[in-house]
Amino acid sequence: MTALDRKLLRDLWHLRGQAVAIALVVACGVATVVTTRVGYESLRISQQEYYARERFADVFAQLVRAPESLGRALAALPGVAAVQTRIVFEVTLDVPGLAEPATGRLISIPEHRVPILNDVHLRRGRWIEPGRRDEVIASEAFASANGLEVGDRIGGVLNGRWQALRIVGIGLSPEYVYEVQGTNLFPDNRRFGVLWMSREALGPAFQMDGAFNDVSLRLGAGAQESEVIARTDRLLERWGGLGAYGREDQISHRFLSDEIRQNRVFGTVLPAIFLGVAAFLLHIVLSRLVAMQREQIAVLGAFGYSRRRIGLHYLEFALACVAAGSLLGAVLGLWWAAEINRLYGQFYRFPVLAFAPGGGVVAIAVAVSAGAAAAGANSAVRRVLRLPAAEAMRPEAPARFRPGWFERSGAAAALPASARMIWRNLARRPLRAGLSVLGIALAVAILVVGYFFVDAIETLGVVQFRTVQREDVTVAFHDPRPNRARHELASLPGVLRTEPFRVVAARLRHQHAMRRIAIFGLEPGGELRRIVGADLAVFPLPPEGVVLTTKLAEILGVAPGDTLTVEVLEGSRPVRTVRVAGLADELIGLSAYMDAGALHRLMREGDTLSGAFLKVDARATERLHAELKRMPAVAGVTTRQAALQGFEETLAESLGIFTTVLVTFASVIAAAMVYNAARIALSERGRELASLRVLGFTRAEITRLLLGEQALLTAAAIPLGFALGYQICALLANAYQWELFRMPLVVSNRTYGFAFLVVSAAAVVSGAAVRRRLHRLDLIAVLKTRE
Amino acid sequence: MADDVVFRAEGLTKTYRVGDVDVHALRDVDLDLRRGEFVVILGPSGSGKSTLLNILGGLDVPTRGHVRFLEHDLAADDDAALTAFRRDHVGFVFQFYNLIPSLTARENVALVTEVSPHPMTPEAALALVGLDERMDHFPAQLSGGEQQRVAIARAVAKRPDVLLCDEPTGALDFETGVKVLEVLAHANRELGTTTVVITHNAAIAGMADRVIRMRSGGIVGIERNAQRRPPAELSW
Repeated sequence: MTALDRKLLRDLWHLRGQAVAIALVVACGVATVVTTRVGYESLRISQQEYYARERFADVFAQLVRAPESLGRALAALPGVAAVQTRIVFEVTLDVPGLAEPATGRLISIPEHRVPILNDVHLRRGRWIEPGRRDEVIASEAFASANGLEVGDRIGGVLNGRWQALRIVGIGLSPEYVYEVQGTNLFPDNRRFGVLWMSREALGPAFQMDGAFNDVSLRLGAGAQESEVIARTDRLLERWGGLGAYGREDQISHRFLSDEIRQNRVFGTVLPAIFLGVAAFLLHIVLSRLVAMQREQIAVLGAFGYSRRRIGLHYLEFALACVAAGSLLGAVLGLWWAAEINRLYGQFYRFPVLAFAPGGGVVAIAVAVSAGAAAAGANSAVRRVLRLPAAEAMRPEAPARFRPGWFERSGAAAALPASARMIWRNLARRPLRAGLSVLGIALAVAILVVGYFFVDAIETLGVVQFRTVQREDVTVAFHDPRPNRARHELASLPGVLRTEPFRVVAARLRHQHAMRRIAIFGLEPGGELRRIVGADLAVFPLPPEGVVLTTKLAEILGVAPGDTLTVEVLEGSRPVRTVRVAGLADELIGLSAYMDAGALHRLMREGDTLSGAFLKVDARATERLHAELKRMPAVAGVTTRQAALQGFEETLAESLGIFTTVLVTFASVIAAAMVYNAARIALSERGRELASLRVLGFTRAEITRLLLGEQALLTAAAIPLGFALGYQICALLANAYQWELFRMPLVVSNRTYGFAFLVVSAAAVVSGAAVRRRLHRLDLIAVLKTRE
Repeated sequence: MADDVVFRAEGLTKTYRVGDVDVHALRDVDLDLRRGEFVVILGPSGSGKSTLLNILGGLDVPTRGHVRFLEHDLAADDDAALTAFRRDHVGFVFQFYNLIPSLTARENVALVTEVSPHPMTPEAALALVGLDERMDHFPAQLSGGEQQRVAIARAVAKRPDVLLCDEPTGALDFETGVKVLEVLAHANRELGTTTVVITHNAAIAGMADRVIRMRSGGIVGIERNAQRRPPAELSW
């Protein structure tokens, strides 16, 4: 080991506080990259592998009823490689231990072989046995939410007839990685589940022998999806086709893909910001740390050490910190990533959730940190070595001081001497003061960014579940019912208010843009489902025209006043033009709303309802559910409470864990930065402050001088950090515009307060550490050594 | 050039710009230094003696003029060449020792021997300055005089052609100063190293072969001592 290596080790030990702080900053930067990136890669790879193994279809279509021979016609379409026809019905289930009725989606599977497409992955139990008409394979999400096991029985109302269903297997399907019902956005696995059942059993039960009402297609190589969809639609039109759609509109796929896309943003934008901040701080800290060794660098130069060798020595210092930080960051990141993966496994059902700790990204993260640290160290070494060695060996000459506007204005004279000294110290090195302020401001900014996610999730929840959705229970019918159904619902136990709605499946078209969507016809003056506009204020539904959510309008490329083509997919399938009457600024999902009367006129139908929103007396809930279970017309019952819970368990929880990580890392980075700034200031000014002590300044006075300066820098940095943080949040909110949800740009005072508290606490703790050292300043040493 | 001339300076001029004024640190200095010679450069602060020493040692370059080390023109050298020159030929002793605080006495010496072509061992160098007992102490554990002796050991350990000392006793009390000068005289005698000591302390002049007096950036007199006095006989 050379003497220089020893110096390296001793310097690392001597500056351990700062070295650890640097390593922590690196660790947080690297961990952010690893966590987010691994989360992204794991889901992406899991999705890819699962889809390939279980033969997930490319195009899907539902219809009323078509003869089996149509399946062969579909298979003959150009571009179609495989066809899987099925019988799919939603039925009301009576699940042991569940008060409310649950909805089961019965999907037919062949008795004798595996499905051609959308295969079921058996987790436990066995495949259905030929001839056993009561056997089902239950989806794992539904089974585990209800504590159901192989061998358990549940009741189902199949085509109006009650039947016992025996669970013989627990399975998964690529079609239901994210298992939600209809237009619901969040899973409610207790009250909705998929059951796979013998086609030979389902056919007779629903009078569908030799027929099908659901079809999936796989595309051949080079096939154009839109063309296949158009041809499929033409074939299915006379059989009551509800419009074919590709994977992008398949609900589970869309949610999963949105999550993956969201993770890609998490895995690029966020780590880029964190890493950028960490790199900037590393650069500042290392260049200043190295600059403090100016005289030692000069001595090494005087004794004939080359620039390269000296540069390398300080590079090693920087890299040692970075290496330790990277290692810690990688371990921490992988640990967090595993945690997040575990969480994903709870609402994204995969047979195997891949864990893909990609080395490439980690390498980039480490390289960026190392590069920034090295550049910082190197620039300082170069600055010192650019001076003639003789000059560098002397302490730095006092900077020239010129009175600025503040001095000339005479205002400075009014300040006490200590305040004037603080001011001059900052003013004579404006660049350094500026960098210090910027460094702390960036720390404040990432704190704001970290906590912003909490604000965003809360705002999402409040807007969706307090302002927009206010019903207790939503009841949906199998088919549109006449108006008297409203009174039947109103007379059910505990129902305080009934607001019927009409839902019409339709394609909205504008120029080349098209979206399949359910148009909600709402009662004017309704209170249980409201429309929010810009600034999240409630506005009444216009009597004519359609109101689209902002995201849907953006997808279709329309603005209020434009006209849309509405292709209704049920009844007589009318095609009409409708004016866009307004935009709803909902944050979750895509929706289209119309006045119920206007929707009836569009459909040329009388007062009918597809379901109703109910306000319910909580005390009567159980009786209500019992009644609803027995109503054959009821296809599904959802409660707002369950939806809110679904929201909290999926979106809120997955964002929540990220937020925890971000806030933790941001706090560490902020604290490390503030601590280093204070320690370096002490090292740079120690001699000067000791001299002041010799001149008769008290400990309190010199402490005030140094900490006053730090306080001033921190105070200047905080508002700047707020502004920077807000800008980064705006950037992120802009990047987070999915169909599932839009991230609102809401930064609460609590977030600013939190950032302020963390940075202030870091400043106070660092200040205390520095104060302790100031009190131990060696005055005799100052007198003895030169200046 | 005569065989025994190690350094030859001709017309050395050095101008610094300090703030808005030019400071002439050296004006037209001519000087020869011979092999094995012990030279004391005497002058008040600001006389240009440190500047001259720095240029001789390759720590600084002249604004005008030539300085030759053997057949080599230092004024024309770039930074890498000056670095190599310092590493291979020059030993420095500074007024404030400039030891690396995080290295022990032995390691401070090793710092230099590790990059020199024909060094003595750090232990031998420290024995030469009488510090063989305190080799594993850190600078902070050594007195000022001991630190300066470590600095001298560090300077001579590489067996330099020339030893350049900038106020080596400036920060030391009388007794310690004498001890340090004895170490310098001993190294000069034992190793035959050309030694240049700059000081404003006229008493030190007695131990030199030659005394060069400087004032305001120029040489005002050169005198040769008939006999070198041992440091123990000096007093100030």
